[in-house]
This record gives sequence, C-alpha cells and structure tokens, in this order.
Amino acid sequence: MKAFLFLLLGSMAIFAGEALTGAVEKQPLNMSAIIMFVIFVGATLGITYWAAKRTKTAKDFYTAGGGITGFQNGMAIAGDYMSAASFLGISALVYAKGYDGLIYSIGFLVGWPIILFMVAERLRNLGKYTFADVASYRLRQTPIRTLAAFGSIATVILYLIAQMVGAGKLIQLLFGLDYEIAVVLVGVLMILYVTFGGMLATTWVQIIKAFLLLSGATFMAIAVMAHYNFNFETLFATAVQMKDLTIMEPGALISDPISAISLGVALMFGTAGLPHILMRFFTVSDAKEARKSVFYATGFIGYFYILTFIIGFGAIVMVFQNPQYLDLAKQAVDGGSPILGGDNMAAIHLSHAVGGDFFLGFISAVAFATILAVVSGLTLAGASAISHDLYASVIRKGKTDGLMEMKVSKAATVVLGIIAIFLGITFEDQNIAFMVGLAFAIAASANFPILFLSMYWSKLTTRGALLGGSLGLLTAAVLVILGPTVWVDVLKNAEAIFPYKYPALFSVSAAFIGIWFFSITDKSESAKQEKEAFEAQFIRSQTGIGSEGAVEH
Amino acid sequence: MKQELVDRIKSDPDFLKLVSERSRFAWILTIIMLVIYFGFVLIIAFDPSFLGTPLSEGSVTTIGIPIGVGVILSAFILTGIYVRRANGEFDELTRRIKAKAKGE
Repeated sequence: MKAFLFLLLGSMAIFAGEALTGAVEKQPLNMSAIIMFVIFVGATLGITYWAAKRTKTAKDFYTAGGGITGFQNGMAIAGDYMSAASFLGISALVYAKGYDGLIYSIGFLVGWPIILFMVAERLRNLGKYTFADVASYRLRQTPIRTLAAFGSIATVILYLIAQMVGAGKLIQLLFGLDYEIAVVLVGVLMILYVTFGGMLATTWVQIIKAFLLLSGATFMAIAVMAHYNFNFETLFATAVQMKDLTIMEPGALISDPISAISLGVALMFGTAGLPHILMRFFTVSDAKEARKSVFYATGFIGYFYILTFIIGFGAIVMVFQNPQYLDLAKQAVDGGSPILGGDNMAAIHLSHAVGGDFFLGFISAVAFATILAVVSGLTLAGASAISHDLYASVIRKGKTDGLMEMKVSKAATVVLGIIAIFLGITFEDQNIAFMVGLAFAIAASANFPILFLSMYWSKLTTRGALLGGSLGLLTAAVLVILGPTVWVDVLKNAEAIFPYKYPALFSVSAAFIGIWFFSITDKSESAKQEKEAFEAQFIRSQTGIGSEGAVEH
Repeated sequence: MKQELVDRIKSDPDFLKLVSERSRFAWILTIIMLVIYFGFVLIIAFDPSFLGTPLSEGSVTTIGIPIGVGVILSAFILTGIYVRRANGEFDELTRRIKAKAKGE
C-alpha cells in the first residue's frame, strides 16, 4: 500500500490519478453494487440493441448518423473526460493534498476553451470520421494518414491499458470480483457496445453515465455541505483541524517553472489531440452544434471538478480518522490513519458515510459504468483509425465501400478489445502510472501540431508534417523513457537522464520547429500544389461550404 | 470546390469580414485564457505562499480557493462569450456567404 500512495502522490502525481495503480486488496462481495451495475448493463445493452437497428451505414457507425445535438454531445464529451480514475483519483488527491488537487483539475479543464476558439468549428467543417481526414485534407493521403493513425492507435492503446488496469483494480475493490474476471467483463461488454451499436450506442452509454456520475457527485457534495450549513469556512476549518494548514495552499505538486509550463502544455494541447475526443466533433450536424458541444462540455467538466474538490474535503472531515473506514491491519504496521483500500477509495467511503449501503452501491456501480463508457469510446476511436485511415485510405486507396469499411472497423474493435484484455492482465502488477502521461505527450506532440498547422498554415507540406510530426512523436516517447517516470520508477535507475517529468514543452516545440523547417525547405512540385490547395480548404473550414452531405476526399 | 467559386467567395466582403473578425476574436479570447492559466501556474511555481494567504484576518479559507475556482469559471465564461457571438453574428455572416455562393 505504501507503493500505492507513493505512486499517487509521488513522482507521477499528475497522471497517476488517471491510472489507478499499485496493489489493492480484494473486498467482500458487494451485492447492492452488483445489482445496480446489472441494471446499468441491462439498460445499456438495451440501448445497444436499439442503436444496432439504426446503425446501417459507415456514417452511422462512425458518427451516430451525424444527428447528435450540441447538448448531448457536450454531455458525451464530458463523459469521455470524466473517467472513473479521474473521479476517484482527483478526489483522492484533494483528500490527501488539499489544494494541489484543485491545481491538477484546473490543468485538465483549460484546454477546452482553446479547443473551442481554435479547433472545433474548422474540424467539424473539414472532417468526416477521424481527425486524420482533416490533417490529410490537402496533403498526400498515404504518409499523413499512416502517421495520424499511428499517433491515434498509440494514444488509444496507452490510455486503454491504464483504464483496463484501473478497471480490474477498482472492480476488485468495489465488487469483490477477481481481477481477471473484471478485465474480461469490461472487454467483452465494450466489444458488444461498439461492434453492434457503433457511435450511437457509445454516445448514449456515455451520456447516461455522465448524468449518473454528475447526479451522484452532486448529491455527495450537497450532503457534505449540508453538514456545515453550506458554509465553506466551517468545512475548511474542520478539515484543517483534522490535517493541517498546508492543505489550503499549493504543495509539492509543481516545483519548478519548467515543469509547471511543460505540464500545462501537455494538458492543453494533449486534450486537443486525443482521437476519441476529436472524433466526437463529427457526430454533430454543423459548426454551430460543434461549438455548443464545447460550451456544455466545459460547463459540465468545470462543475464536476468543483464537486470533486468538495468531495475531497468532505472525505477529509468524514472519512479521514473515522474508525469505520480505518485499515487497522495496515495501521498496526505503518502507523498513520490509512483508509481501507487506499486513498483512491476516499470518495467511495464518503458515499457510504453520507448515504449508507445503498448509495455506496450506487456510486460503485457508476464508477464501473464510467470505465465501460470510457473504454468503449477509446476503442471506437482506435478502430476508426484502423478501418477508415489505414484500411480504406492507405491500403485500398479509397477504393472500398462503406459497408466493407464498417466490417473492417467491427473486426478491428474485436481485435482491439482482445488486445486490451490481454494487456490489462499482463500489466496488472506493472507500474503503469506513466502511460496516461505518455498518451497525452504523444497527442500533444504528434497529433495536435499536424492537425493545427494543417488548418492554420498555408505553407504546410506533406514532408514537413511527416518529418516534424514523427520528430514530435519520437521526442515525446524518448524523453518519457529517459525521464523520472520510466527511467527511475519503472527501470529502477538511480537518476533520470532527462530531468523533467513532463516532456511536452520540448517535444511540442520539436514538432512545430520540425514541421516548419521541413515545410519551408520543401521545393517539390507536390508541395507547391499542397500550398495552392490551402485556399479552398480555408474557405470550407471557415464557412462549411462543401461539408454538408458526403464529400469524399 | 471549383476555382471559380473559390475566387468568388474569396472576394466576398462578407467572407473577408467573417474571417478577420472571427479570427481576431478567437485569438483575443485564446490569449486571455492562456494568460489566466499560465499566470496561475507561474504563481504556483514562483510564489506558492501567495495563494496560501488567508482570505481575511483569522480565516482558514485562503485566497487560492476563490482564485482557483475563478480560473475554472473563467474557462466556462470565455466559452460562453465566444458561443454567444458566434451563434449570432458569425452564423448570420456565414449564412449570407453561403446563400450568395449558391444563388449567383
């Protein structure tokens, strides 16, 4: 358990919240949670059946037919972002460190306005199914799609491993099921949702889960505040009595300016480069709905982070030092006041403290539902990169029909699901805290620069995008491996070769400089044509002319 | 898109207005968000104890709490400001540009 705390609070604090790690103890079977979870699975399988009847074409499969409203999509985007690990991880961070938890969540939120101002509308106006559609719009399809698909699949798999391992551990804790059974269960349900119900089912599962999670978290926050007559000063004062004054100010989370800025860059640009998030912009009908989606998503996510802050403090006053939740066996060995199941269980114990067994069951079921919904979205994004980018555009050079492409996508979903189960089991006892950080670094350093410059910079060429994007990808991967999170924590070396935990500042700069240099020095005939094609692309990105109906390109 | 249509839209005064005003507006809001966030991050990096200042004499609540919540709210408000103007003014310009592109 010490390792667990170390992981959460120590070197990789920022992303550990996204990846529940370390050893956990299996809990006794929790019947009320299991019953509520079975109801959720039944309802979502019902939705999948309904969605399957409406998913006939490739457009239906990838984009839910393009008929999701801005509000629904905002809810679904928020759902993608509010993973179980971020709910439990952020509230655990607030529980353990107070103010640092707030700093952490703010970093995850501020990318959204930037996505709205810079990316969302142009993306909707130019793209069809994947962000590679936009990146390769006027560039050579084969190299750019291959790179974009590689970036997408790498991001998805890293994220997926973190979620699967988190799922297995969480289910052990919450339901008392075996790790392997939990991972297989998540994998199988996810395959069912995605292969049969496509984006329509994935979106609705996400919306329902977001609604349940926000409702449950709201109830908890209100219950905590009601205890203190809705007076924050009283809540904070009680919490400070339990711990000390340091929970009210920044702690050790961010120590030097370079790390601080680098982390900000990773979170901001990484969010704008996550394939499963970008894909959601193609499910709405036009640019107007796309921008509304971001507005609602920002509101829901911001609200959720404020709730988790209250929940974390609620856990300090109601769970910390409460003998009911104390892990006596561990206390006897290590001292202090450890809670059962570790800090990540703070929100779960709080749900019991405010709402009894029934509400504990509800929150546990919601946490599991959250994992299912998030892995489904990830898998669909990965499968789309394989079928739409690699199969249809690179291998078949666009000479395939939608039905065949959809079949490939479903097959890819099954394969990705099996890979996720396999990797989830393989990585059970591995230190995987770096994986979400690496996923964000790749998204920020490879996916985002190509996507952004393809929309904003007329002089971008295929050579620039390919070499610069690859440079960003490699720099991010190499610096993460040489940095403290892998070189020291995983490979057990004494000192890191690269001193910073978050490489984004360096790898994103490398990508932008690389793309710029290899584009302006590209004097080929095709580069000239690509620059000339910017004008037409620019008009479409601004007005949406040409984006209605199925425009093949 | 045909070159002839591209040329026509390119010289449409409504299009020029849309592009210049929207991009200026978007960049201004982006810069505001970046200044707010990186300002917050730099305070944490250089002067973390500032955020630990009590809100008033003898209170436990620190100045960092309203500032942190303020950053969250500013993100939401900035998106709201953008969406409001875009849904009205910019969509009206886009509609006119499209009508002209189709009609003539």
